Amino acid sequence: MAIKEIVNRSHSHWMDAAGEDPDVVISSRVRVARNLAGIPFPHLLNKERSGEVIQALRLALKNTDAAELLGNLELCELNELTPLERQILVDKHLISPDFSNNTGAGAVVLRDDEVVSIMINEEDHLRIQCLLPGLNLKEAWAIIDRIDDGLEKTLDYAFSEKLGYLTSCPTNVGTGMRASVMLHLPALKLTKQLYGVLNAISKLSLTVRGLYGEGTEALGDLYQISNQVTLGLSEEEIINNLISSTRQILSQEKAARQALYQNSPEAVRDRVCRAYGALKYARIMSSEEAMRLISDLRLGVALNIIPGPGVSLLNELMVKIRPAFLRKISGQEMSPPERKVYRAGLIREELGSVPC
Amino acid sequence: MLCDRCGQRQATVHLTEITNGHKNETHLCQVCAGEIQPQGFGFAPQLNLHHFLAGLLNHELGGANYSQQQAAGEKCTKCGIAEGQVVKQGLLGCGDCYTLFEDKMQSLLRRIHGNTRHTGKVPERTGGSARLAKEIEKLKSQLKEAVGREEFERAAQFRDAIRDLEKTLEEGAGTDGN
Repeated sequence: MAIKEIVNRSHSHWMDAAGEDPDVVISSRVRVARNLAGIPFPHLLNKERSGEVIQALRLALKNTDAAELLGNLELCELNELTPLERQILVDKHLISPDFSNNTGAGAVVLRDDEVVSIMINEEDHLRIQCLLPGLNLKEAWAIIDRIDDGLEKTLDYAFSEKLGYLTSCPTNVGTGMRASVMLHLPALKLTKQLYGVLNAISKLSLTVRGLYGEGTEALGDLYQISNQVTLGLSEEEIINNLISSTRQILSQEKAARQALYQNSPEAVRDRVCRAYGALKYARIMSSEEAMRLISDLRLGVALNIIPGPGVSLLNELMVKIRPAFLRKISGQEMSPPERKVYRAGLIREELGSVPC
Repeated sequence: MLCDRCGQRQATVHLTEITNGHKNETHLCQVCAGEIQPQGFGFAPQLNLHHFLAGLLNHELGGANYSQQQAAGEKCTKCGIAEGQVVKQGLLGCGDCYTLFEDKMQSLLRRIHGNTRHTGKVPERTGGSARLAKEIEKLKSQLKEAVGREEFERAAQFRDAIRDLEKTLEEGAGTDGN
C-alpha cells in the first residue's frame, strides 16, 4: 500500500533542493479549501455524515472522466494509520497537526510522490495541497487547479457568486487559497535584519511564522511566509504578490550572506566548520541543537565553504531527526536521553563520518 | 538576576503586570515560570485564531453576549447552527449560513480581507452563471480600455460579445430556475 510506503521513507519530493533558489527557498506550498454543497461543515458532522464526505471523495477519485486531471491519488482513512504514522505525515508537512488527531472522521488522499495531498474533514471538507521544492508557486497552483477541476466533475462545491468558495472559517472564504513558502534565513537573523524584513512583510498582508518552535525564535532559522487575504484577489494575484515579496526577501538574505562572509570570513568559516564537526562526531544530540547546526551547515554549503553534504540531504535530515522518524527507523520506543544518542548516531551515519 | 521564586537560578522570564495603573514586575527562571503557568498566571496568551474571530464576530453580530447561551439567536434552517454558536466558535455551520448572516458578515469580511467580493476562480460545472458573469466583467473592462484607446472597431466587437453573453446568461438563469 502506497501510503504505508510514504511513511516508511524519509525523503519527499519537496526536499529535493530543486527549482528556483533552493538554497533559500526550501519549498513552496499552495492549498485550497473546498466544501461540498448541502452538507454542514465538518465541525458539525457526526461520524456517519463525515463518512458521507469521504464516500463522495472516493467516488470523485474513481470518475473516469476526471482520471487525466487527477492522476494517481490514493485515499486512506486516518484510523487505518497508527499515531506514529500520522505524526510522520505531519513532520513531512503532508497533513496538519490538529488533523492528525481527528481519527474519528478524517481521511487523507496522497499522490505517491507526496506532491499532492488532500485532507478530508479537517476544518473544511477538503483541503487540497500541493508541495514542491524551491520557489515554484505557479506550478503548485497549476497542479492544484487541475486536481480541483477533476474533483469538481463529480462534486458540487459550496460556492457563491459573490463570496466565492465558502469555508467554515471566514478567513478562508473567496479563493480558499493559502500559498506559502518555507525560507531558510540564517544570515538575516545573524545580521539582525530579520525583524525589519518581517515587519515590512506583515504590512503587505502576508503572515510570517517560525516553522518549528513557538514564539519569535524559529528553530533552524526556518520561516514560513503566507498570504492572509483570500477574498477580492484572484489566485494569480495572491501568488504573484507572494512571489515578488519572496524574491525581495531572498535577495536580501543572499546579500546578507555575502556581506557576512566578506566582512568576517574566518568567523563564518569557523561557525560552519564547527557545526559540521559537531554533527559528524557528536554522540549526544538534542533536536534543537541538531536544527541549529544543520542551519549553520546549510549556510556553509550555500556559500561554498565546504563542498558537501548536499542541501537535499540536509533538508531531509531536518525531518528525519524528529522524534517520530527516529522511532520509526529504530523500531523501538526510546526515552529522551536514548533518543539523543540515537539521533547523534543517525546523523553521523548520514554524513558519512569515520567511526570513532 | 536571580529568580524571584526559587532564588537559585538565573531569571530569564520577565513578567510585567499592570493592574489599575499599578505596575508589578516579576522575574522568574525557566523552571519556575513553567511551574507557575498552569495556575493561570496571565502569560503565554496563546491567541487562538478562532477565539479571536469569535470576539470579532461577537462585536459584528450586534455585540450581544452569547458566551453563556450557545443556542441563542437566529438559527440556520439548513444546518441548524445558532448565531450564538457561530459567535462562540468563530466558524460558520454550512454554505447557507453565509446567506443567512450575510449582512452581519459584510463588515467582518471587509476587516479581514479588505474586500467583500470574490474575483478568483469559478468552478466550471457548478459555477454556472458566475462563470459567465465573470467573463462579462472581463469583457467590460476590455471594452473600456478599447474605448480609451479610441479603438472603436475592437470596442464594438467587445460590446457584441457582451450582449451575446448577457443573453445566454438570461436564458441560462431561466433554465436554472426549473
